[in-house]
Amino acid sequence: MSKVKSHKSPIRQAQGDPESIEGSKVKIDIDYVTKLANLNLTEKEKKTFEPQLEEILGYISKLSEVNTDKVEPIGHITGQENVTREDEAKPSLNQDEALTNAPKIYNGFFEVEAIFEENSPE
Amino acid sequence: MTGKLRMKNVDITNLTIKEASKLIASKQIKVKELVNLHLGRVKKLNGKLNAFITICEDQARHQAEKVDILIAQGQKLGPLAGIPFAVKDLFSTKGIKTTAGSKVLENYVPVYDATVISRLKNANAIIVGKTNLDAWGHGASGENSDFGPTHNPYNLKRVPGGSSSGSATAVASGSCLAATSTDTGGSTRQPASFCNLVGLKPTYGRVSRYGVIAMASSLDTMGHMTKTVYDNALILNITAGKDEFDSTASDGIVDNYAEHIDKGVKNIKIGLPKEYFDGLEPKIKAAILKALKILEKLGAKIVEVSLPHTEYGVAVYYIVQPAEVSSNLARYDGIRFGFGREMFGAEAKRRIILGTFTLSSGYYDAYYLKAMKVRRLIRDDFINVFEKVDVLICPVSPTLPFKIGEKNTNPLDMYLADIFTVNANLAGIPSLALPCGFIDDLPVGIQIIGPDFSEKLLYQVGYAYEQETKWYERTPKL
Repeated sequence: MSKVKSHKSPIRQAQGDPESIEGSKVKIDIDYVTKLANLNLTEKEKKTFEPQLEEILGYISKLSEVNTDKVEPIGHITGQENVTREDEAKPSLNQDEALTNAPKIYNGFFEVEAIFEENSPE
Repeated sequence: MTGKLRMKNVDITNLTIKEASKLIASKQIKVKELVNLHLGRVKKLNGKLNAFITICEDQARHQAEKVDILIAQGQKLGPLAGIPFAVKDLFSTKGIKTTAGSKVLENYVPVYDATVISRLKNANAIIVGKTNLDAWGHGASGENSDFGPTHNPYNLKRVPGGSSSGSATAVASGSCLAATSTDTGGSTRQPASFCNLVGLKPTYGRVSRYGVIAMASSLDTMGHMTKTVYDNALILNITAGKDEFDSTASDGIVDNYAEHIDKGVKNIKIGLPKEYFDGLEPKIKAAILKALKILEKLGAKIVEVSLPHTEYGVAVYYIVQPAEVSSNLARYDGIRFGFGREMFGAEAKRRIILGTFTLSSGYYDAYYLKAMKVRRLIRDDFINVFEKVDVLICPVSPTLPFKIGEKNTNPLDMYLADIFTVNANLAGIPSLALPCGFIDDLPVGIQIIGPDFSEKLLYQVGYAYEQETKWYERTPKL
């Protein structure tokens, strides 16, 4: 199975035909997936993980034996629906408490690295 | 009698909550004395066992004094008052470091308690420490902890099981009388059975998940481990029930699980799912069949049944669980608390990659959606079988406690250790693991699985068997 580059919505896919996972030759594009997951792996880690993950995917592919044509996917198992509560303000963590574990704070805010580049005003 | 004299008469390694509670109520022991005895054991053994990541000596002593004052004032307290507990380091504890067994949270001190913890505190239980675990709950041996492996008190060269490795070792070694644990794919039942303990995986939603560091949210359940079935029921009386902070917590009525626990098993129908016994290690099979003989003698009816989708459980589990893990671990970015993502250990990284992959565009149908369909078939298997029988009995683990280092080079090998436990999580149903003997001096366990919210029945069946065998009396030599 090759990597699909288009960005299909999972909801749309759920209505279509499930793709087959038959065969155990699934390749993980580890650079692409680690980028999605915001992980940085060393070359050594990639070399270790790749065969391990492919072995796991090979094992998982046994699900293709099961005929699920007429089976509804299970959403959740509690049977509970629309659990709501009154929208009332109640005591909760104060600002100091919420910031207690933050490595960097600034004027009562979490401090993060800048994500926008500075532009000189024209 | 002086306090010292009285203390000498109590052997805490054999002590249960039921007995300790009587000693406290009859003023034969002070809570402070009981807590000191356990703290002494925690400190003496931790170098050898590595069961605890954090020991809460000062807080425990302070709490103990407070409970002693309440008792001196003549206040009527419940059966958990003054009982030394250990807490798996996934449960948020206000003011006490909570690491999840990972270096990512090595310095994290929660500012609130998990619901289970606040309920135990309200019941005046005493927390003696936070226990070691496979980081984030990922593992079946305790070896994935970033704080070193925990050792099995029955054989120090062997694993205590996981992921609730430290909780199992803490209770089995007599360092506390009970411990909290979680069960996403067997993390309570398997270590309980590796350490001769009783471990409950409650029905999904029976116990609030609020404040417990999430692993796989549709599978996570909050359990606990004790030496006896009765003790186990006492704790569920406190932890079970609706919680405004967890919308998946059931608002169904909470039973008194300890009441009528001695009802017996006369005419109870016990199913033996054949898929769990095909090819099972002969010694483990023999131990379980012997347990069934005892239940039969007590009046239970044993019938063979089939759960045809059993063999797909691990495959479904290793799609659903890493997918949810990858989502839950996305929040660790080192901005609001903890360290950055570079601190994740190998197993967490593996699961994040696997889950991100199976959820990624183009693969969702083939993996996650397919798994959620087979998950329904697994749940339907159980629903069908519970029309014929009241409970099921089967093994907890395909192996005895294995040697430290034996399996940790091959992840798939380790994943297959979950083969008998994952299906209860996928189906959401409760399961009680309890000791059924020893093979080569290593503990073996059985699990009693029942329909949704059947915990009371599981305790009754477990209690009937336990009273005939009393495996809990065999404590480790440490």
